[in-house]
Amino acid sequence: MDIATAHAQPKTRVALTINGHRHDLEIHPWVTLLDLLRGPMQLNGTKKGCDHGQCGACTVLIDGERINSCLKLAVTLDGTNVTTIEGLGTPDEMHPVQKAFVEHDAYQCGYCTPGQICSAVALLREGYARSREEIREMMSGNLCRCGAYTNIADAIQDVMEQEVKVGMREAAE
Amino acid sequence: MLNEKPVFGFPLPRIDGPLKVTGTAPYAAEYHAPGMLFGYAAQATIASGRIASIDTAEAEAYPGVAKVYTHKNRPSVAWRDKKWKDEVALPGHPFRPLENDRILFGGQPVALVVAESFEAARDAAELIRIEYHPDEPHTDITVERAKSYVPPEARKDSMVPTDPRGDAEGAYEAAPFKIDVEYLQQGEHHNPMELFASTAIRNEDGTLTVYDKTQGSQNSHDYVCNVFGLKPENVRVVNAYVGGAFGSGLRPKHQLFFAVMASLDLKRSVKVEMSRSEMFYLTWRPATIQRMQFAANADGTLASVRHHAIQATSLREDYQENVVNWSGLTYKCDNVKLSYELAKTTMSTPGDMRAPGAATAFLALESAMDELAYEVGMDPLEFRGKNFVSYDQNDDLQITSKELDTCYRVGAERFGWDKRSHEPGSMRDGNDLIGWGVATGVWEATLTQAEAKVRLFPDGKITVMAAASDIGTGTYTILAQVAAQELGQPADRVSVLIGDSTLPKTSVEGGSWTAASSGSAVQAGCMEIRKTLLSLAQKMDNHPFGNAPVEELAIRDNRLVLDRNDQMGLSIADILGHHGMSSVEGHGKVAPDQEQAKKYTSFTHGAVFVEVRIDAELGVPRVTRVVSAIDAGRIINPKTARSQILGGVVMGLGMALHEEGMIDHRTGRIMNHNLAEYHVPAHADVHDIDVIFIEEEDKMASPIGVKGLGEIGIIGVGAAVANAIFHATGTRHRHFPITIDKIMEGLPQ
Repeated sequence: MDIATAHAQPKTRVALTINGHRHDLEIHPWVTLLDLLRGPMQLNGTKKGCDHGQCGACTVLIDGERINSCLKLAVTLDGTNVTTIEGLGTPDEMHPVQKAFVEHDAYQCGYCTPGQICSAVALLREGYARSREEIREMMSGNLCRCGAYTNIADAIQDVMEQEVKVGMREAAE
Repeated sequence: MLNEKPVFGFPLPRIDGPLKVTGTAPYAAEYHAPGMLFGYAAQATIASGRIASIDTAEAEAYPGVAKVYTHKNRPSVAWRDKKWKDEVALPGHPFRPLENDRILFGGQPVALVVAESFEAARDAAELIRIEYHPDEPHTDITVERAKSYVPPEARKDSMVPTDPRGDAEGAYEAAPFKIDVEYLQQGEHHNPMELFASTAIRNEDGTLTVYDKTQGSQNSHDYVCNVFGLKPENVRVVNAYVGGAFGSGLRPKHQLFFAVMASLDLKRSVKVEMSRSEMFYLTWRPATIQRMQFAANADGTLASVRHHAIQATSLREDYQENVVNWSGLTYKCDNVKLSYELAKTTMSTPGDMRAPGAATAFLALESAMDELAYEVGMDPLEFRGKNFVSYDQNDDLQITSKELDTCYRVGAERFGWDKRSHEPGSMRDGNDLIGWGVATGVWEATLTQAEAKVRLFPDGKITVMAAASDIGTGTYTILAQVAAQELGQPADRVSVLIGDSTLPKTSVEGGSWTAASSGSAVQAGCMEIRKTLLSLAQKMDNHPFGNAPVEELAIRDNRLVLDRNDQMGLSIADILGHHGMSSVEGHGKVAPDQEQAKKYTSFTHGAVFVEVRIDAELGVPRVTRVVSAIDAGRIINPKTARSQILGGVVMGLGMALHEEGMIDHRTGRIMNHNLAEYHVPAHADVHDIDVIFIEEEDKMASPIGVKGLGEIGIIGVGAAVANAIFHATGTRHRHFPITIDKIMEGLPQ
């Protein structure tokens, strides 16, 4: 089947839960999660920087795990939970990582930022990174051309230390 | 008291921060309209030649495709070159998309598919069948230098080499220490994270609102009006948020032309977003060859400086930079000869990239200074200090402020430079070869013409309006701080409206001049408001101001008061209410002082210290410490200012070690046109960076005392890294970037 014929084929039905809301969608099989989010869903927070899985700007969480949404075809995600930057917090009610990014100036142009934040949220949840060097290593899939790397590391380290303190306090109680 | 908190110099978090971190700040491709179409460009697969045939039938038949544009059916647009010249155009003929069958550079857009969905446009673009008559590509600067020439028309006076002074040849021959070396630097690509995009929304009345990725909404606006013959009032260009640019967004790009062309032709809204690979063919920091013939006297003073540079340009435009003049300016030397030439290539026209000219010049200049220091047998930092100059020898002008010597001293202390041992290879730590390098940086501190409107409301709220851009630079935040400071309000009462062509006139965002220019315009607008308030108050009965001049007044707690006794005053609400006004507006304008320019010139300065650790067996370099000491005048916001320098340093690390557009010179095409193979520094490449500001207030550089920060951070970084690699390994690298393979070859046996 050539592409033109394929285009005439019926779309595929998928059910995605995006930021807590269930969506029953009919989409072509070649539509990436990224293009679905930025196009029909008008969830612009997820950014397109390369469309090839090389820059990390499109990072979102699927069932809590960070992935490059440009490398995922939306039809393969039936029944999953997708969390985008819009699902983490709002300007009036920011996620702790979002707050830390503002405080540490962990961005400049802001374009890679949603991907960095989604990646950082997953990194903290994964629990592998314990040192600054490990943060740098495990955040290396998210490029920042403005060069905010040291501030991003500061922001993540700050949240990590807060979480450790909270954990210790809870353990003591 | 609320107003006691200083607003200037306060590390206020970005006021646009909450929008950016929550994904709610909209960039150019993130506007939607009912019935919008999507454009996707097809690119030439040859670098030079002609299109023999182009068959769009299959693409046109593809489901969802509205129209395919090629040079054969491009709608009629402006014919004269003048109409295509944007605010920062170059000598020569600007590129016109789909003009004819000529291919001038690899990756040139040759067709635009417009379709109902992005996917349909992209897929249909693959179905355009093009045959070419290819010509031989010319892309290798080391070959094309044979046909180099002095550009017949200068882009700017400051880019013409200054006249020779003294006897550079004679002094060189007579001097005891000398170097004659050549540096080669491959082309770099800006690669802002946001893809270039334009969304042209067709309004109900037929006017256009264009959301464009640009560093100047008014530049894009005027370009669109000129090229398509549209009335200025029928086009509005918005660039409220710009996902990085670094110079790549100074001139309008073909996606803007395409989006507007298709929107006008199809009478629909059209969005055109580029691919990452397409962006590698847009513009670039040109490949450059620099020959440095430097000589020193026995006491370490410079005896002679000769600097010759050859830079790549395109077939139709003479892109130029100020490369060589920095060598006559930075150090004291009475025998100087500078020359500059271009070489044509079948590449896209180069463009300004962060510190254009200077980033390139200081790569060679500061490497050469290091080489000469070692010839003399002097510490490289001491050698620089020895040749310090306090005035501009090129143009015989005074420099309004120069704290470079303080940058050297404070930076060296912070870095611990006194613990450095001079001999290369003498600072090994286990398997790591350690090297310490230093370099100087200088950049022009510029004030451009700028306007701003400021409006103050009775409740103390302020609106600032200017067509300035924030490309990640912090413009929103610092303009709010300037207005808050000048009108005695907390910064959170200020709304900043920028990034819109309908706002007061501002030049493109570049050259590190936005904070100085737009900041000073906002200050001037605030001053006008204070004057207006005073004259309004003085018309009121029993006002307490007498004949006090505006300089003796301040605004505190939302009251216009006498500065020396703030019990004496009137509330702003009362003053405006008395006159039946709902707000008061000030219109600020600034322009460079031509009289001052006859005697004075202004620069930012920096000294950057770098530690490199190199794996003795594998040659892997790691930049483990950077100290950047910067003299950039007054710092309005230390938080965003520091980020500007961090960004410059990081891009400098890329310039030194990673970044190179690799061209297959047989085909003239870029081989690594993606972010996996063109390596920009990643998290793991960047260790901690220490930024120090040597603050002073230079009111001659700009009314608010600011000198600018966007460029100075990158300048010298590449050379400092190269010098550190020499110090670690004993091998001098003169071909940038210094990749691992080159370091491997130069490792001590």
